[in-house]
Amino acid sequence: MSRYTRLFDRLARERRGALVPFAVLGYPTPARSLAWIEALLPHADALELGLPFSDPIADGPVIQTASHEALAAGARIDSGLATVSRLRAEHPELPIGLLVYANLVYQPGPERFYRQVEAAGADSVLIPDVPAEEAGPYVAAARQAGLAAVLIAPPNAPEATLALIAKLGSGYTYVVSRSGVTGTERGAGRPQARLFETLRALGAPPGLVGFGISSPADVRAALAQGADGVIVGSSLIEKSRDPARLESHLHALAQATLRTVD
Amino acid sequence: MTIPTAPAPHPGRFGRWGGRYVPEILVPALDELDRAFRDARADPAFQAELAGLLRNFAGRPTPLTRCRNFLAGSGLEIYLKREDLLHGGAHKTNQVLAQMLLARRMGKTRVIAETGAGQHGVAVALAGALFRIPVRIYMGATDCARQAPNVFRMKLFGAEVISVTAGSATLKDAMNEALRDWAASYGDTHYLVGTVAGPHPFPTLVGEFQRIIGDEARVQFLEQTGGALPDRVVACIGGGSNALGIFRAFLEDPDVALVGVEAGGAGLASGRHGATISGGRPGILHGAETLILTDGEGQILESHSISAGLDYPGVGPEHVHLHETGRVHYELATDDEALSAFRQLARDEGIIPALESAHALAYCQRLARTRPAPARLLVNLSGRGDKDLAHVQAGLEENPP
Ligand SMILES: Cc1ncc(COP(=O)(O)O)c(C=O)c1O
Repeated sequence: MSRYTRLFDRLARERRGALVPFAVLGYPTPARSLAWIEALLPHADALELGLPFSDPIADGPVIQTASHEALAAGARIDSGLATVSRLRAEHPELPIGLLVYANLVYQPGPERFYRQVEAAGADSVLIPDVPAEEAGPYVAAARQAGLAAVLIAPPNAPEATLALIAKLGSGYTYVVSRSGVTGTERGAGRPQARLFETLRALGAPPGLVGFGISSPADVRAALAQGADGVIVGSSLIEKSRDPARLESHLHALAQATLRTVD
Repeated sequence: MTIPTAPAPHPGRFGRWGGRYVPEILVPALDELDRAFRDARADPAFQAELAGLLRNFAGRPTPLTRCRNFLAGSGLEIYLKREDLLHGGAHKTNQVLAQMLLARRMGKTRVIAETGAGQHGVAVALAGALFRIPVRIYMGATDCARQAPNVFRMKLFGAEVISVTAGSATLKDAMNEALRDWAASYGDTHYLVGTVAGPHPFPTLVGEFQRIIGDEARVQFLEQTGGALPDRVVACIGGGSNALGIFRAFLEDPDVALVGVEAGGAGLASGRHGATISGGRPGILHGAETLILTDGEGQILESHSISAGLDYPGVGPEHVHLHETGRVHYELATDDEALSAFRQLARDEGIIPALESAHALAYCQRLARTRPAPARLLVNLSGRGDKDLAHVQAGLEENPP
């Protein structure tokens, strides 16, 4: 049984949704990245970690800037994966997902890249610019390496695409809350309950909602629609210069993951 | 010489190149565009309206001009396909009018575009004025500065111009920003890509609507030469749309050599260039598997070229396929060579070429120096140089030749 499966089983028993912070590996600098991620951990059920990329087309200004700062400070794939290894050593049961743009996987080749990621101790890989129709070779390489392949289910996907996502995806399904890119500027969307019902009926892995989640109300709304948890990125980075505010923000989000009995 | 006539194995692939590497949210929008494109292609009313616009608004057919003085005595006869005389000042208007009709057909009420040299932005802006569709143009801040006249032109047409400061602040970053906009706005917005790059169906669609350049030039060339075809067809390569537009009409003529000229910048060895076919490697950028400028880990490298329209670290996937099959040869011209050709054509023919097009002319100059056998060259003069005057003047004052 995978770490993701064990996590979702446990959360179901605890009647909670998952709170999954997203962080950019190497942000703000490779040396300080681990400390930043550890600050998120007290309230984290799992982690989603992004390797910084020069041209992150699925990201809004906050994550773009964080990625560019990390690269300017010398972040590399090796230093990012070294951070993953440290986290794995200290948190053997924590599910860790990696988010990485296609060209970073393409250059070393999927087989080699996934082997490195697996060796570092991550559980899954998500490539935001590889849609389901192009995902075949990447999913195959992930499986070969013993990693879960996370796919993105957007609110506008036709049922045939959702079926492909259900068939190819593993670990969890990244449900984007709305159209657009990451960031809090446009708030979070409210994916229709129907989307979660369809994914469930098709046998897709549990759905985590991301894009613009920044308040306890966003978290409660996502869970009420049928999500199994939320991914929060930009709103955490926005509070990175104020540890006390970050802590109270995370605490409030974590509180909102408790499902009220209905 | 092998001639690629077999259809690509997957729609949107040229050999192994191309595809649709975009966030899942954009796939339905690309499907919608692909359907509209295929419908329109088969619709005589669409074809008639486009033909009317190209003739009566944009000024087609553009002339084919035989040079009187440029490279005279070298054995090379140079014929210029005069896309510089197209309304808007470059070939870009051809396919912009077509995509505007597609946007209207899909019921889109807003159009966005990226631009490098600003020629594509100008074409979209003028078409937006004509069709009464609000237009937003993303342009790198570096390009806004070096192509300032085009920024003003776009604004005169009523377009909103967003100066993009991220990354290298050039065409690549403008395209990133346009894709981000589209991920949120696809419901009412058409993203009018300006070249044969990007995700399927753009490479196919833009190439098809630029094909008119080559179709016209072929007929004109046969007419003017009493039935001969060119020995070589030469075009500059940014994303590759003016080149594909003229090449497509000659792909099946085995005796016509096709030459694409990339931006050599400060020279291949310097690492400061935009020559993705000559100096790039396979990768994924802006929705396509193609040749790109990337470091070994996968970070996209900044390209460099004196011409904003060629300053792009990728290239249309069909060119990579044509390179692999050997049907097209890819060469490069440096900044200095392009500048020298820019000045020579002005002096010899009374025509100021765009710096982009000057790369194709620079190749002809280099060929002339090798004492070639007599040959007729057809050169796509993809645009006019008005936009480059201030930039070139400043450069000449700093570094007199
Ligand atoms: C005059 C001119 N020629 C060529 C290009 C390069 O584009 P492409 O390779 O798509 O023709 C541009 C792009 O801005 C241009 O303005």
